[in-house]
Amino acid sequence: MSLEKTHPKEVKQILSKYPLEHKRSAVMPLLYLAQREEGFITKSAMQDIAQMLEMTETEVASIVGFYTLYHDEKAGKYRMQVCTDLPCALRGADEFLNNLCGNLGIKVGETTPDGLVTLEAVMCLAACDKAPMFQTQGPDGIKYHELMTVDRTMELIDALKQAEEK
Amino acid sequence: MSHVLLRHRDIPNINRLDVYKKNGGFAAWKKAVTKMQPNEVTGVVKDSGLRGRGGAGFPTGMKWSFIDNKNWPHYVVANADESEPGTFKDREIMEGNPFQFLEGLALGSYAVGANAAYVYLRGEFWELAAFLDEKIAEMEEAGYLGENLFGTEYSLKIYTHLGAGAYICGEETALLESLEGKRGQPRVRPPFPPSYGLYGKPTIINNVETFTNVPAILANGADWYKSMGTMDSAGVKVFSLSGRVRKPGNYELPFGTTFRQLIYEHAGGVQEGRPVKAIMPAGASSSLIVVDDKVLDTPMDYATVRTLGADLGSASVIVLDDTVDIDWVINKTIKFFKHESCGKCTPCREGNYWMKHLTSRIHSGNGSKDDVDLLLNVAKQMQGKCLCALGEFSTMAVVTGIERFPQDFKKAVKA
Repeated sequence: MSLEKTHPKEVKQILSKYPLEHKRSAVMPLLYLAQREEGFITKSAMQDIAQMLEMTETEVASIVGFYTLYHDEKAGKYRMQVCTDLPCALRGADEFLNNLCGNLGIKVGETTPDGLVTLEAVMCLAACDKAPMFQTQGPDGIKYHELMTVDRTMELIDALKQAEEK
Repeated sequence: MSHVLLRHRDIPNINRLDVYKKNGGFAAWKKAVTKMQPNEVTGVVKDSGLRGRGGAGFPTGMKWSFIDNKNWPHYVVANADESEPGTFKDREIMEGNPFQFLEGLALGSYAVGANAAYVYLRGEFWELAAFLDEKIAEMEEAGYLGENLFGTEYSLKIYTHLGAGAYICGEETALLESLEGKRGQPRVRPPFPPSYGLYGKPTIINNVETFTNVPAILANGADWYKSMGTMDSAGVKVFSLSGRVRKPGNYELPFGTTFRQLIYEHAGGVQEGRPVKAIMPAGASSSLIVVDDKVLDTPMDYATVRTLGADLGSASVIVLDDTVDIDWVINKTIKFFKHESCGKCTPCREGNYWMKHLTSRIHSGNGSKDDVDLLLNVAKQMQGKCLCALGEFSTMAVVTGIERFPQDFKKAVKA
Protein backbone atom coordinates (compact mmCIF):
# COMPACT_ATOMS: atom_id res chain seq x y z
CA MET A 1 0.00 0.00 0.00
CA SER A 2 1.32 3.41 -0.90
CA LEU A 3 2.02 5.92 1.88
CA GLU A 4 -0.04 8.41 -0.11
CA LYS A 5 -3.03 6.12 0.46
CA THR A 6 -2.35 5.07 4.05
CA HIS A 7 -1.11 8.44 5.37
CA PRO A 8 -2.36 11.11 2.93
CA LYS A 9 -2.33 13.94 5.47
CA GLU A 10 1.19 13.29 6.70
CA VAL A 11 2.58 12.87 3.18
CA LYS A 12 1.04 16.12 2.06
CA GLN A 13 2.36 17.95 5.10
CA ILE A 14 5.88 16.55 4.58
CA LEU A 15 5.96 17.46 0.89
CA SER A 16 4.80 21.01 1.67
CA LYS A 17 8.05 21.73 3.51
CA TYR A 18 10.22 21.63 0.41
CA PRO A 19 10.20 23.43 -2.96
CA LEU A 20 8.15 21.50 -5.54
CA GLU A 21 11.13 21.00 -7.80
CA HIS A 22 13.15 19.53 -4.91
CA LYS A 23 10.72 17.00 -3.52
CA ARG A 24 13.56 14.53 -3.07
CA SER A 25 14.25 16.40 0.20
CA ALA A 26 11.20 14.60 1.58
CA VAL A 27 12.92 11.23 1.44
CA MET A 28 14.09 11.27 5.07
CA PRO A 29 10.76 12.21 6.70
CA LEU A 30 8.94 9.76 4.42
CA LEU A 31 11.31 6.97 5.47
CA TYR A 32 10.50 7.72 9.12
CA LEU A 33 6.83 7.52 8.27
CA ALA A 34 7.31 4.19 6.49
CA GLN A 35 9.33 2.82 9.39
CA ARG A 36 6.60 3.62 11.89
CA GLU A 37 4.47 0.70 10.68
CA GLU A 38 6.72 -2.28 11.29
CA GLY A 39 9.81 -0.87 12.96
CA PHE A 40 11.81 -1.31 9.78
CA ILE A 41 11.57 -0.22 6.18
CA THR A 42 10.32 -2.85 3.77
CA LYS A 43 11.45 -3.20 0.18
CA SER A 44 8.01 -2.25 -1.06
CA ALA A 45 8.06 0.92 1.07
CA MET A 46 11.35 1.88 -0.55
CA GLN A 47 9.84 1.27 -3.99
CA ASP A 48 6.84 3.37 -3.06
CA ILE A 49 8.96 6.30 -1.84
CA ALA A 50 11.26 6.07 -4.86
CA GLN A 51 8.27 6.32 -7.16
CA MET A 52 6.72 9.20 -5.25
CA LEU A 53 9.94 11.25 -5.31
CA GLU A 54 11.15 10.20 -8.77
CA MET A 55 14.27 8.58 -7.38
CA THR A 56 15.68 5.13 -8.09
CA GLU A 57 15.13 2.37 -5.53
CA THR A 58 18.89 2.10 -5.18
CA GLU A 59 19.13 5.74 -4.17
CA VAL A 60 16.47 5.26 -1.51
CA ALA A 61 18.15 2.07 -0.27
CA SER A 62 21.50 3.87 -0.07
CA ILE A 63 19.93 6.44 2.25
CA VAL A 64 18.43 3.73 4.44
CA GLY A 65 21.87 2.15 4.63
CA PHE A 66 23.74 5.38 5.36
CA TYR A 67 21.77 6.64 8.36
CA THR A 68 21.78 4.62 11.57
CA LEU A 69 18.19 5.40 12.63
CA TYR A 70 16.74 3.64 9.58
CA HIS A 71 16.52 -0.12 9.70
CA ASP A 72 15.92 -2.61 6.94
CA GLU A 73 15.56 -5.62 9.21
CA LYS A 74 13.06 -6.57 11.83
CA ALA A 75 14.18 -6.29 15.45
CA GLY A 76 12.51 -5.99 18.84
CA LYS A 77 9.51 -3.69 19.08
CA TYR A 78 11.73 -1.24 20.97
CA ARG A 79 15.38 -0.67 20.25
CA MET A 80 17.13 0.30 23.45
CA GLN A 81 20.18 2.26 22.33
CA VAL A 82 22.73 2.90 25.05
CA CYS A 83 25.35 5.58 24.50
CA THR A 84 28.82 4.21 25.26
CA ASP A 85 30.89 7.05 23.84
CA LEU A 86 33.74 8.66 25.75
CA PRO A 87 31.86 11.16 27.97
CA CYS A 88 29.19 8.59 28.94
CA ALA A 89 31.84 5.90 29.45
CA LEU A 90 33.64 8.24 31.87
CA ARG A 91 30.46 8.15 33.93
CA GLY A 92 29.86 4.41 33.96
CA ALA A 93 28.05 3.69 30.69
CA ASP A 94 30.05 0.54 29.87
CA GLU A 95 29.38 -1.01 33.29
CA PHE A 96 25.72 -0.04 32.99
CA LEU A 97 25.40 -1.76 29.63
CA ASN A 98 27.22 -4.86 30.88
CA ASN A 99 24.98 -5.16 33.90
CA LEU A 100 21.91 -4.60 31.78
CA CYS A 101 22.99 -7.43 29.47
CA GLY A 102 23.41 -9.65 32.53
CA ASN A 103 19.95 -8.79 33.82
CA LEU A 104 18.24 -9.29 30.48
CA GLY A 105 20.25 -12.41 29.67
CA ILE A 106 21.10 -11.13 26.19
CA LYS A 107 24.19 -9.71 24.49
CA VAL A 108 24.47 -6.35 22.77
CA GLY A 109 22.73 -6.65 19.41
CA GLU A 110 20.34 -9.35 20.61
CA THR A 111 16.59 -9.27 21.27
CA THR A 112 14.74 -10.47 24.35
CA PRO A 113 12.94 -13.79 23.73
CA ASP A 114 9.53 -12.06 23.86
CA GLY A 115 10.59 -9.81 20.97
CA LEU A 116 10.07 -6.65 22.98
CA VAL A 117 13.57 -5.15 23.33
CA THR A 118 16.68 -5.16 21.16
CA LEU A 119 19.71 -3.91 23.05
CA GLU A 120 22.20 -1.79 21.11
CA ALA A 121 25.31 0.25 21.88
CA VAL A 122 25.30 3.52 19.97
CA MET A 123 27.38 6.65 19.42
CA CYS A 124 26.98 9.96 21.24
CA LEU A 125 23.39 11.08 21.89
CA ALA A 126 24.22 14.58 23.18
CA ALA A 127 23.32 13.92 26.81
CA CYS A 128 26.86 13.57 28.20
CA ASP A 129 26.03 15.18 31.53
CA LYS A 130 23.22 12.70 32.20
CA ALA A 131 24.99 9.35 31.76
CA PRO A 132 24.24 6.51 31.92
CA MET A 133 21.55 7.14 29.34
CA PHE A 134 19.85 5.55 26.36
CA GLN A 135 17.11 6.21 23.89
CA THR A 136 14.28 3.93 22.97
CA GLN A 137 13.31 3.82 19.32
CA GLY A 138 9.89 2.32 18.84
CA PRO A 139 6.43 2.79 17.36
CA ASP A 140 5.95 6.02 19.31
CA GLY A 141 9.17 7.57 18.02
CA ILE A 142 12.37 8.24 19.92
CA LYS A 143 12.50 8.92 23.65
CA TYR A 144 15.44 9.78 25.91
CA HIS A 145 16.00 8.10 29.28
CA GLU A 146 18.68 9.84 31.32
CA LEU A 147 20.60 9.24 34.56
CA MET A 148 19.49 5.62 34.40
CA THR A 149 20.22 2.67 36.65
CA VAL A 150 19.74 -0.99 35.80
CA ASP A 151 16.81 -1.14 38.26
CA ARG A 152 15.04 1.81 36.67
CA THR A 153 15.65 0.33 33.23
CA MET A 154 14.11 -2.99 34.27
CA GLU A 155 11.08 -1.08 35.59
CA LEU A 156 10.78 0.67 32.24
CA ILE A 157 10.92 -2.65 30.40
CA ASP A 158 8.25 -4.07 32.74
CA ALA A 159 6.04 -1.09 31.98
CA LEU A 160 6.51 -1.62 28.24
CA LYS A 161 5.66 -5.28 28.71
CA GLN A 162 2.48 -4.48 30.62
CA ALA A 163 1.39 -1.96 28.01
CA GLU A 164 1.93 -4.70 25.45
CA GLU A 165 -0.32 -7.18 27.26
CA LYS A 166 -3.19 -4.74 27.52
CA MET B 1 24.81 37.64 36.44
CA SER B 2 21.69 36.72 34.57
CA HIS B 3 21.93 34.54 31.49
CA VAL B 4 21.97 35.82 27.92
CA LEU B 5 21.25 32.46 26.28
CA LEU B 6 20.08 30.07 29.01
CA ARG B 7 17.42 32.55 30.11
CA HIS B 8 15.04 29.75 31.08
CA ARG B 9 17.19 29.32 34.15
CA ASP B 10 16.26 32.85 35.28
CA ILE B 11 12.75 33.25 33.88
CA PRO B 12 10.25 30.40 34.39
CA ASN B 13 8.16 29.43 31.36
CA ILE B 14 10.13 31.53 28.89
CA ASN B 15 9.37 28.77 26.41
CA ARG B 16 5.82 30.16 26.35
CA LEU B 17 5.23 32.83 23.75
CA ASP B 18 3.46 35.29 26.08
CA VAL B 19 6.22 35.01 28.69
CA TYR B 20 8.97 35.42 26.10
CA LYS B 21 7.22 38.44 24.65
CA LYS B 22 6.72 40.01 28.07
CA ASN B 23 10.46 39.71 28.64
CA GLY B 24 11.41 41.67 25.55
CA GLY B 25 10.95 38.87 23.05
CA PHE B 26 10.45 39.71 19.35
CA ALA B 27 11.17 43.42 19.91
CA ALA B 28 14.43 43.07 17.95
CA TRP B 29 12.62 41.09 15.27
CA LYS B 30 9.91 43.71 14.80
CA LYS B 31 12.42 46.55 14.84
CA ALA B 32 14.65 44.84 12.27
CA VAL B 33 11.86 44.10 9.80
CA THR B 34 10.11 47.47 10.13
CA LYS B 35 12.98 49.89 10.71
CA MET B 36 16.27 48.36 9.54
CA GLN B 37 17.78 47.43 6.22
CA PRO B 38 19.01 43.81 6.02
CA ASN B 39 22.64 44.90 5.75
CA GLU B 40 22.25 47.02 8.89
CA VAL B 41 21.37 43.85 10.82
CA THR B 42 24.48 42.17 9.43
CA GLY B 43 26.45 45.30 10.38
CA VAL B 44 25.43 45.13 14.04
CA VAL B 45 26.27 41.41 14.21
CA LYS B 46 29.63 42.12 12.57
CA ASP B 47 30.39 44.94 15.05
CA SER B 48 29.48 42.71 18.00
CA GLY B 49 32.39 40.37 17.27
CA LEU B 50 30.08 37.33 17.41
CA ARG B 51 31.86 34.21 16.17
CA GLY B 52 30.26 30.92 15.13
CA ARG B 53 29.56 28.60 18.06
CA GLY B 54 29.57 25.33 16.15
CA GLY B 55 33.30 24.87 16.54
CA ALA B 56 35.10 26.81 13.82
CA GLY B 57 34.65 30.23 15.43
CA PHE B 58 34.22 32.01 12.11
CA PRO B 59 33.01 35.65 12.45
CA THR B 60 29.22 35.47 11.97
CA GLY B 61 28.61 38.91 10.49
CA MET B 62 31.39 38.37 7.97
CA LYS B 63 29.84 35.05 6.91
CA TRP B 64 26.48 36.76 6.37
CA SER B 65 28.11 39.48 4.27
CA PHE B 66 29.47 36.81 1.90
CA ILE B 67 25.95 35.91 0.69
CA ASP B 68 25.82 36.12 -3.11
CA ASN B 69 23.25 38.78 -4.02
CA LYS B 70 23.30 37.94 -7.71
CA ASN B 71 21.78 34.50 -7.24
CA TRP B 72 18.31 33.91 -5.69
CA PRO B 73 16.49 32.62 -3.69
CA HIS B 74 18.57 32.55 -0.53
CA TYR B 75 18.25 30.04 2.29
CA VAL B 76 19.23 29.99 5.94
CA VAL B 77 19.83 26.78 7.86
CA ALA B 78 20.26 26.31 11.60
CA ASN B 79 22.66 23.51 12.37
CA ALA B 80 21.01 21.61 15.22
CA ASP B 81 22.77 18.34 14.45
CA GLU B 82 24.62 18.54 17.78
CA SER B 83 26.58 15.27 17.73
CA GLU B 84 30.11 15.92 18.97
CA PRO B 85 30.78 13.64 21.95
CA GLY B 86 30.82 16.10 24.85
CA THR B 87 28.40 18.64 23.38
CA PHE B 88 24.85 18.97 24.71
CA LYS B 89 24.17 22.70 24.78
CA ASP B 90 21.98 23.25 21.72
CA ARG B 91 19.40 20.82 23.00
CA GLU B 92 19.08 22.72 26.28
CA ILE B 93 18.83 26.05 24.42
CA MET B 94 16.09 24.80 22.09
CA GLU B 95 14.12 23.10 24.87
CA GLY B 96 14.47 25.89 27.39
CA ASN B 97 14.56 29.07 25.32
CA PRO B 98 13.17 28.10 21.91
CA PHE B 99 11.79 31.48 20.89
CA GLN B 100 15.09 33.29 21.32
CA PHE B 101 16.70 30.72 19.04
CA LEU B 102 13.88 31.02 16.48
CA GLU B 103 13.97 34.82 16.67
CA GLY B 104 17.72 34.70 16.01
CA LEU B 105 17.17 32.40 13.06
CA ALA B 106 14.52 34.80 11.76
CA LEU B 107 16.89 37.77 12.14
CA GLY B 108 19.61 35.89 10.25
CA SER B 109 17.11 35.11 7.50
CA TYR B 110 16.06 38.75 7.22
CA ALA B 111 19.70 39.88 7.15
CA VAL B 112 20.44 37.79 4.06
CA GLY B 113 17.03 38.10 2.40
CA ALA B 114 15.92 34.48 2.85
CA ASN B 115 12.20 33.68 2.82
CA ALA B 116 12.69 30.09 3.94
CA ALA B 117 14.79 28.73 6.78
CA TYR B 118 15.36 25.16 7.89
CA VAL B 119 16.30 23.81 11.30
CA TYR B 120 18.28 20.61 10.70
CA LEU B 121 18.01 18.56 13.89
CA ARG B 122 19.74 15.28 14.56
CA GLY B 123 17.21 12.46 14.24
CA GLU B 124 17.47 11.61 17.92
CA PHE B 125 15.92 15.03 18.72
CA TRP B 126 12.57 13.64 17.58
CA GLU B 127 10.56 15.01 20.49
CA LEU B 128 12.38 18.34 20.32
CA ALA B 129 11.51 18.70 16.62
CA ALA B 130 7.82 18.24 17.42
CA PHE B 131 8.16 20.81 20.20
CA LEU B 132 9.81 23.33 17.84
CA ASP B 133 7.06 22.71 15.28
CA GLU B 134 4.55 23.80 17.93
CA LYS B 135 6.59 26.92 18.71
CA ILE B 136 6.88 27.79 15.03
CA ALA B 137 3.10 27.41 14.67
CA GLU B 138 2.59 29.74 17.64
CA MET B 139 4.84 32.33 16.02
CA GLU B 140 2.86 32.08 12.79
CA GLU B 141 -0.35 32.47 14.72
CA ALA B 142 1.00 35.60 16.44
CA GLY B 143 2.17 37.12 13.17
CA TYR B 144 5.91 36.73 13.75
CA LEU B 145 6.31 34.30 10.86
CA GLY B 146 4.43 34.02 7.60
CA GLU B 147 3.49 36.40 4.80
CA ASN B 148 3.97 40.18 4.80
CA LEU B 149 5.35 40.41 8.31
CA PHE B 150 4.39 43.51 10.29
CA GLY B 151 2.72 44.85 7.14
CA THR B 152 5.94 44.86 5.11
CA GLU B 153 6.87 43.03 1.92
CA TYR B 154 8.97 40.56 3.86
CA SER B 155 7.81 36.95 4.35
CA LEU B 156 9.46 34.11 6.21
CA LYS B 157 8.68 30.44 6.86
CA ILE B 158 10.69 28.20 9.17
CA TYR B 159 10.69 24.40 8.78
CA THR B 160 12.24 21.63 10.86
CA HIS B 161 14.02 18.70 9.22
CA LEU B 162 15.18 15.61 11.08
CA GLY B 163 18.43 13.84 10.27
CA ALA B 164 18.69 10.15 11.03
CA GLY B 165 21.82 9.43 13.01
CA ALA B 166 24.96 10.61 11.22
CA TYR B 167 27.59 12.75 12.94
CA ILE B 168 28.95 13.87 9.59
CA CYS B 169 25.75 15.85 8.93
CA GLY B 170 27.03 18.44 11.39
CA GLU B 171 29.55 19.32 8.69
CA GLU B 172 27.76 22.06 6.81
CA THR B 173 28.01 20.76 3.27
CA ALA B 174 27.13 17.20 4.35
CA LEU B 175 24.15 18.71 6.15
CA LEU B 176 23.04 20.38 2.90
CA GLU B 177 23.38 17.10 0.98
CA SER B 178 21.27 15.41 3.64
CA LEU B 179 18.65 18.16 3.48
CA GLU B 180 18.53 17.66 -0.27
CA GLY B 181 17.59 14.02 0.32
CA LYS B 182 20.98 12.44 -0.26
CA ARG B 183 23.54 10.62 1.81
CA GLY B 184 25.27 13.07 4.12
CA GLN B 185 28.68 13.35 2.50
CA PRO B 186 30.67 16.59 2.42
CA ARG B 187 31.06 18.54 -0.80
CA VAL B 188 34.36 19.62 -2.22
CA ARG B 189 34.88 23.29 -1.40
CA PRO B 190 35.06 25.92 -2.78
CA PRO B 191 32.39 26.92 -3.67
CA PHE B 192 31.25 27.66 -0.12
CA PRO B 193 27.57 27.71 0.93
CA PRO B 194 27.15 31.52 0.84
CA SER B 195 27.54 31.24 -2.93
CA TYR B 196 26.51 27.60 -3.54
CA GLY B 197 24.46 26.05 -0.76
CA LEU B 198 21.05 24.39 -0.47
CA TYR B 199 19.76 23.41 -3.94
CA GLY B 200 22.80 25.24 -5.32
CA LYS B 201 21.51 28.56 -3.97
CA PRO B 202 23.31 31.00 -1.63
CA THR B 203 22.88 29.68 1.90
CA ILE B 204 23.96 30.74 5.38
CA ILE B 205 24.42 27.99 7.96
CA ASN B 206 24.99 28.75 11.62
CA ASN B 207 24.90 26.81 14.84
CA VAL B 208 21.86 27.05 17.16
CA GLU B 209 23.82 28.88 19.86
CA THR B 210 25.13 31.41 17.32
CA PHE B 211 21.59 32.36 16.26
CA THR B 212 20.42 32.51 19.87
CA ASN B 213 22.91 35.32 20.57
CA VAL B 214 21.52 37.52 17.80
CA PRO B 215 18.28 38.85 19.39
CA ALA B 216 20.23 39.92 22.48
CA ILE B 217 22.84 41.67 20.33
CA LEU B 218 20.18 43.52 18.34
CA ALA B 219 18.33 44.48 21.51
CA ASN B 220 21.32 45.65 23.55
CA GLY B 221 23.80 46.68 20.90
CA ALA B 222 27.19 45.54 19.66
CA ASP B 223 29.10 47.44 22.35
CA TRP B 224 27.17 45.72 25.13
CA TYR B 225 28.01 42.35 23.64
CA LYS B 226 31.67 43.21 23.19
CA SER B 227 31.90 44.33 26.80
CA MET B 228 31.69 40.63 27.73
CA GLY B 229 34.38 38.08 26.93
CA THR B 230 37.83 38.87 25.59
CA MET B 231 39.31 40.94 22.76
CA ASP B 232 39.66 37.76 20.68
CA SER B 233 36.33 36.17 21.55
CA ALA B 234 33.46 38.51 22.35
CA GLY B 235 30.48 37.64 24.48
CA VAL B 236 29.29 34.59 26.35
CA LYS B 237 29.59 30.90 25.58
CA VAL B 238 27.72 27.85 26.78
CA PHE B 239 30.40 25.45 27.98
CA SER B 240 29.27 21.81 28.00
CA LEU B 241 31.24 20.22 30.80
CA SER B 242 31.41 16.44 31.08
CA GLY B 243 33.64 13.63 32.30
CA ARG B 244 34.94 13.21 35.82
CA VAL B 245 33.55 16.35 37.41
CA ARG B 246 31.13 16.54 40.33
CA LYS B 247 28.51 18.60 38.53
CA PRO B 248 28.58 18.04 34.78
CA GLY B 249 26.29 20.27 32.75
CA ASN B 250 26.00 23.43 30.71
CA TYR B 251 27.55 26.60 32.06
CA GLU B 252 26.98 29.92 30.33
CA LEU B 253 30.03 32.04 31.06
CA PRO B 254 31.94 34.84 29.38
CA PHE B 255 34.83 33.87 27.15
CA GLY B 256 38.01 34.21 29.16
CA THR B 257 36.73 32.18 32.10
CA THR B 258 39.57 29.87 33.15
CA PHE B 259 39.43 26.08 33.17
CA ARG B 260 39.92 26.24 36.93
CA GLN B 261 36.91 28.50 37.42
CA LEU B 262 34.74 26.27 35.23
CA ILE B 263 35.78 23.00 36.85
CA TYR B 264 36.24 24.03 40.48
CA GLU B 265 34.03 27.10 41.07
CA HIS B 266 31.12 26.14 38.87
CA ALA B 267 31.19 22.34 38.68
CA GLY B 268 32.35 21.59 42.24
CA GLY B 269 35.70 20.09 41.26
CA VAL B 270 36.71 16.59 40.23
CA GLN B 271 34.96 13.44 41.49
CA GLU B 272 36.56 12.07 44.67
CA GLY B 273 38.82 15.12 44.75
CA ARG B 274 41.24 13.56 42.27
CA PRO B 275 43.65 15.62 40.19
CA VAL B 276 42.88 16.52 36.56
CA LYS B 277 45.15 14.60 34.23
CA ALA B 278 44.00 15.88 30.87
CA ILE B 279 41.38 18.10 29.29
CA MET B 280 39.72 17.78 25.90
CA PRO B 281 38.28 21.26 25.30
CA ALA B 282 36.50 20.43 22.02
CA GLY B 283 34.98 17.01 22.61
CA ALA B 284 36.22 13.89 20.87
CA SER B 285 37.67 16.05 18.08
CA SER B 286 39.97 17.66 20.55
CA SER B 287 43.67 17.52 21.17
CA LEU B 288 44.53 16.29 24.67
CA ILE B 289 45.97 18.96 26.94
CA VAL B 290 48.36 17.86 29.68
CA VAL B 291 47.02 19.64 32.74
CA ASP B 292 49.09 21.52 35.30
CA ASP B 293 48.41 24.65 37.37
CA LYS B 294 49.30 26.95 34.50
CA VAL B 295 46.86 25.20 32.18
CA LEU B 296 44.06 25.37 34.75
CA ASP B 297 44.55 29.12 34.98
CA THR B 298 44.35 29.59 31.21
CA PRO B 299 41.44 31.75 30.05
CA MET B 300 39.17 29.95 27.62
CA ASP B 301 38.91 31.85 24.37
CA TYR B 302 39.70 30.76 20.83
CA ALA B 303 43.19 32.31 20.66
CA THR B 304 44.43 31.45 24.14
CA VAL B 305 43.41 27.79 24.08
CA ARG B 306 45.39 27.52 20.86
CA THR B 307 48.56 28.38 22.80
CA LEU B 308 48.02 25.12 24.71
CA GLY B 309 48.18 23.13 21.48
CA ALA B 310 44.43 22.58 21.19
CA ASP B 311 41.27 24.24 19.88
CA LEU B 312 38.32 25.45 21.91
CA GLY B 313 35.91 24.24 19.20
CA SER B 314 32.36 24.16 20.48
CA ALA B 315 33.66 24.31 24.08
CA SER B 316 32.64 20.78 24.98
CA VAL B 317 35.08 20.34 27.81
CA ILE B 318 35.76 16.72 28.79
CA VAL B 319 37.69 16.29 32.04
CA LEU B 320 39.89 13.22 32.54
CA ASP B 321 41.25 12.45 36.01
CA ASP B 322 44.42 10.55 36.93
CA THR B 323 42.69 7.15 36.83
CA VAL B 324 41.94 7.41 33.10
CA ASP B 325 44.34 5.72 30.67
CA ILE B 326 44.88 7.62 27.46
CA ASP B 327 45.10 4.46 25.34
CA TRP B 328 41.53 3.74 26.50
CA VAL B 329 40.48 7.30 25.59
CA ILE B 330 41.73 7.14 22.02
CA ASN B 331 40.29 3.66 21.58
CA LYS B 332 36.92 5.24 22.41
CA THR B 333 37.35 8.30 20.16
CA ILE B 334 38.57 6.22 17.21
CA LYS B 335 35.69 3.78 17.60
CA PHE B 336 33.45 6.81 17.22
CA PHE B 337 35.22 8.28 14.20
CA LYS B 338 35.52 4.93 12.43
CA HIS B 339 31.76 4.50 12.82
CA GLU B 340 31.00 8.05 11.70
CA SER B 341 33.43 8.38 8.79
CA CYS B 342 31.18 8.85 5.75
CA GLY B 343 33.42 6.87 3.44
CA LYS B 344 33.75 9.50 0.75
CA CYS B 345 37.46 10.25 1.03
CA THR B 346 40.09 7.54 1.29
CA PRO B 347 42.38 8.95 4.00
CA CYS B 348 39.53 9.19 6.53
CA ARG B 349 37.76 5.96 5.57
CA GLU B 350 40.86 3.77 5.48
CA GLY B 351 42.80 5.71 8.09
CA ASN B 352 40.13 5.36 10.72
CA TYR B 353 39.64 1.69 9.85
CA TRP B 354 43.30 0.94 10.49
CA MET B 355 43.55 3.24 13.49
CA LYS B 356 40.65 1.31 15.04
CA HIS B 357 42.50 -1.99 14.60
CA LEU B 358 45.60 -0.51 16.19
CA THR B 359 43.93 1.24 19.14
CA SER B 360 41.93 -1.94 19.92
CA ARG B 361 45.05 -4.06 19.85
CA ILE B 362 47.03 -1.64 22.00
CA HIS B 363 44.25 -1.10 24.52
CA SER B 364 43.53 -4.84 24.87
CA GLY B 365 47.16 -5.44 25.82
CA ASN B 366 48.03 -7.30 22.63
CA GLY B 367 49.97 -4.48 21.05
CA SER B 368 53.66 -3.79 20.70
CA LYS B 369 55.73 -0.63 20.62
CA ASP B 370 55.74 -0.95 16.83
CA ASP B 371 51.93 -0.77 16.83
CA VAL B 372 52.07 2.55 18.69
CA ASP B 373 54.61 3.90 16.19
CA LEU B 374 52.47 2.69 13.29
CA LEU B 375 49.34 4.26 14.81
CA LEU B 376 51.11 7.60 15.12
CA ASN B 377 52.38 7.25 11.59
CA VAL B 378 48.92 6.52 10.14
CA ALA B 379 47.38 9.44 12.04
CA LYS B 380 50.05 11.85 10.84
CA GLN B 381 49.72 10.67 7.27
CA MET B 382 46.00 11.46 7.36
CA GLN B 383 46.57 15.03 8.51
CA GLY B 384 46.05 17.65 5.84
CA LYS B 385 44.67 15.09 3.37
CA CYS B 386 41.02 14.61 4.39
CA LEU B 387 38.09 16.16 2.58
CA CYS B 388 36.55 17.63 5.73
CA ALA B 389 37.26 18.29 9.38
CA LEU B 390 35.98 14.88 10.57
CA GLY B 391 38.99 13.05 9.21
CA GLU B 392 41.37 15.76 10.26
CA PHE B 393 40.02 15.94 13.81
CA SER B 394 39.90 12.16 14.24
CA THR B 395 43.69 12.22 14.41
CA MET B 396 43.99 14.94 17.07
CA ALA B 397 43.50 12.84 20.20
CA VAL B 398 45.62 10.04 18.73
CA VAL B 399 48.63 12.19 17.90
CA THR B 400 48.52 14.35 21.02
CA GLY B 401 47.70 11.32 23.19
CA ILE B 402 50.76 9.37 22.04
CA GLU B 403 53.07 12.39 22.00
CA ARG B 404 51.96 13.96 25.27
CA PHE B 405 51.23 10.83 27.34
CA PRO B 406 53.94 8.36 26.23
CA GLN B 407 53.97 6.64 29.64
CA ASP B 408 50.36 5.43 29.15
CA PHE B 409 51.27 3.71 25.90
CA LYS B 410 54.46 2.23 27.33
CA LYS B 411 52.34 0.73 30.08
CA ALA B 412 49.66 -0.51 27.66
CA VAL B 413 52.02 -2.42 25.37
CA LYS B 414 53.99 -3.89 28.28
CA ALA B 415 50.99 -5.08 30.24
